[in-house]
Amino acid sequence: MAKKERPIKGAPTARDYKGDVNPDWCPGCGDFGVLASLQSAYAELGRGSHDHLTVSGIGCSSNLPGFIRTYGMHTLHGRSLAVATGAKMANHELNVVVTGGDGDGYGIGGNHFIHTMRKNIDLLYIVMNNETYGLTVGQASPTTVVGEKTYSTPFGNIETPLNPVAMAIVSGATYVARAFSSERKQLTELMINGMQHKGFAFIDVISPCITWKGDEIFDYWKERVNMLEDHDTSDKAAALEQAVKTGHDTQLGLFYHDTNSQSLDQMEPVLENGPMAHQQMGVTPEQGDAIIKRMM
Amino acid sequence: MAKYDFVVAVGGAPGQGIDTFGISLGKICARYGLHVSTYSAYQSLIRGGHTFLTIRISSEPVANHGDEIDLIIALDKNSVEKHIENVRPGGAFIYNEDDVKKAPERDDIQLCPIPYKKFSSGIEDRKLQRRALNTCLLGTTLRLVGAELNVLEEIIIQTLLKRKGQEVVDANIMVATAGYEHAVENFTQFDDKFEKQEPALAFVDGNSAMAMGGAAAGVKFYSAYPMSPSTGVLKWMATYARELGIMVRQCEDEISVINMVIGAAHAGCRAMCATSGGGFALMSEAIGSAAMMEIPIVVINVQRGGPSTGLPTKTEQGDLWQLLGASQGDFPKIIVAPINIMDGFHTMPELFNLVDKYQCPGMVLSDLTLGMGFTTFDPASINWQPEIDRGELISELREMDGEYLRFQITDSGISPRAIPGTPGHIHVVATDDHDEDGGLISDEFTNPHKRRDIMEKRQRKMEGIVKLLPPPTLEGPEDADVTLIGWGSTHGVISEASQMLNGDGIATNHIHFKWLYPIDEDVVNEVLANAGRSIIVECNYTGQFARFLRGETGFKADGHIRKYDGEPFMPHHIVDGTRELLIGKTELYVPYQEIVV
Repeated sequence: MAKKERPIKGAPTARDYKGDVNPDWCPGCGDFGVLASLQSAYAELGRGSHDHLTVSGIGCSSNLPGFIRTYGMHTLHGRSLAVATGAKMANHELNVVVTGGDGDGYGIGGNHFIHTMRKNIDLLYIVMNNETYGLTVGQASPTTVVGEKTYSTPFGNIETPLNPVAMAIVSGATYVARAFSSERKQLTELMINGMQHKGFAFIDVISPCITWKGDEIFDYWKERVNMLEDHDTSDKAAALEQAVKTGHDTQLGLFYHDTNSQSLDQMEPVLENGPMAHQQMGVTPEQGDAIIKRMM
Repeated sequence: MAKYDFVVAVGGAPGQGIDTFGISLGKICARYGLHVSTYSAYQSLIRGGHTFLTIRISSEPVANHGDEIDLIIALDKNSVEKHIENVRPGGAFIYNEDDVKKAPERDDIQLCPIPYKKFSSGIEDRKLQRRALNTCLLGTTLRLVGAELNVLEEIIIQTLLKRKGQEVVDANIMVATAGYEHAVENFTQFDDKFEKQEPALAFVDGNSAMAMGGAAAGVKFYSAYPMSPSTGVLKWMATYARELGIMVRQCEDEISVINMVIGAAHAGCRAMCATSGGGFALMSEAIGSAAMMEIPIVVINVQRGGPSTGLPTKTEQGDLWQLLGASQGDFPKIIVAPINIMDGFHTMPELFNLVDKYQCPGMVLSDLTLGMGFTTFDPASINWQPEIDRGELISELREMDGEYLRFQITDSGISPRAIPGTPGHIHVVATDDHDEDGGLISDEFTNPHKRRDIMEKRQRKMEGIVKLLPPPTLEGPEDADVTLIGWGSTHGVISEASQMLNGDGIATNHIHFKWLYPIDEDVVNEVLANAGRSIIVECNYTGQFARFLRGETGFKADGHIRKYDGEPFMPHHIVDGTRELLIGKTELYVPYQEIVV
């Protein structure tokens, strides 16, 4: 996985963000489309590839940082948002993008998902939602629909799936979208705007798994997705109304965009002197004296 | 001047200002240049319940709360009933006479009833009146120990004027003066009195000392989830965050805490967190991930009694094996247990330099006794500007031979570490095992040779670390009959017990371990060769350190003194235990805790 920064001549292209390792995903996986869109989005943003940090957890889709030419962290299962928050607060000049799957983000990482949104950390979080645990060979995930038979639900799933888009809207995310891995143009645009958005940007990407859901899964979704139209993205209640539509009424697009709220790094006074990682370390003699004085 | 050694204890309900009493008295002692060590026995309640704070005052440095109590102050009726028997004969007992119908019965001590209602009748605000009782009885205390009242007045102004205003200051000074004057007229002072000595000292708790040490070491990121008894580290960090430029974040759980620390450390900050045993358990998986991604982090565990939620407000040295075994697999790590409160300060920069150099997790094993105990220290004795050595850290574009390999195989096991944002060094770090370049060697790329190479590279770092860690210390005569062996927070109490035994004609020395892991078998065995009849003293049931030491070195102790009732050792517990063990009555002595709170 030699991922050296290539000298970029002229405007960067998606190719400049291609990693040296080819994805190990099953042929036909929705994640290929997400990867290609992310490479295009990074290129479109126009910053040096060393200015980006791609963070993931564990699972099929979490292997993504290895396939892309930016700084990357392939962290523990479910912990990508916490690690990414730490990195962002340490150096808020980095463009930090978090990628992962539905088990990683909505299952084991569910607590971090809620609280990272609540804190409005300036990240772009892309979840490749395939409604299954792919790498552990196809068990039910938090987004698996009722009735579906999987390795862990041989008689059909009886638990209600969660709705990540609705959850994001009510949890405090300030940029909330749903996309489909086959709708590449829309997905790339949502990613670019999400990176440029100052605050927590979230895209739930329907990224079908043909191995555990069968070849017909793409057609299944094509029949069900609709482009969000005539929608006011600043209206939280309207966004929620659209978000709760599922099945054949599933909406794609930007549901909610709050351009007024400040992200945590904008509100944190200790960042006034630049990124923490580059600030002066330690305690000056004057600061030390002032601290001691209060202990005497 | 003869050695001054005096123990004051104050009992009351939470909310009665026992901590304020302790901090004020501690600061007064510090201004006199007297040394202090405190221990607070408290309960997990915000209102109601009972707290008993012991404050030992000495003309010499002191690191435990002693054996006997000379003076007790009871802030409520419950404390009168509970603690009247805890004063040594010849001591004194101060209480609010309005609390009790009948005076407590003891004719071998001086009883000091205070008519508080009368003294405070001028305070109109009932809440303020109730709250100033501690200050009134502190006034009486100062008279009995021969301290001047004006020092208390200065401290009242320093701590209350800005926060509470003139009215509160006036009320407190009024009742303090009344308490003091009442003692002048009615009570006898102790023969040994406060005498000023140089230099004036400062007064600090153990959690703050560790936070201060972290700040001095250059910590720029601190995260936490509140958990007793470690929360004091968060409190200090949050208080000083803006003044010192430290990013402080409270998280949804300890899993988030440590993963944020890992992210911040990877991005270039010195980063740390503190918790207690239960929180540490949640952090376990991430400890190994920091080692795998070779990211330097520091985690503090301020131990409390376990297992499970255990004893939230009581002490124990019960997490040694948890730290030794934290996280799956083999990986380089450092475990250190500071031996006293100020050692907590000095340890932090030492540990950060080590973990930065070797790019691995460092764990600090403190406990409630150290973390929530207070001590005095000479401000000139601490170095706010310790050496900061970040090791092989790359944050700028540089000339390179060939390509950058984040996990380059080297003789030392150390691979230069570039932080994100640095041009020319793009790489991925992974919690899956990986080759020199970060490429995964699990999944479809499985390669046993690469796995072996990278595992050996990481573990080679331990060979470098172990050479840098100081050996255990040996105090006392080299050829002693008895050797007391301890680790971490028990240094002060074992040291004093050792001196007492020598005073009684039992030649005793003391071997103490601070750097616990990795351990150099040969070096440690050389120190242990000085041991006489060896007794391992520790605050847990199963002898965690004894088993660890035996496993690492083959050393088997002759006897054991263990305490696991939640209360810390007092010196006589160890002295009594040593005697019992010497006459061969037992191989394991468990002291009886006399003071029950």
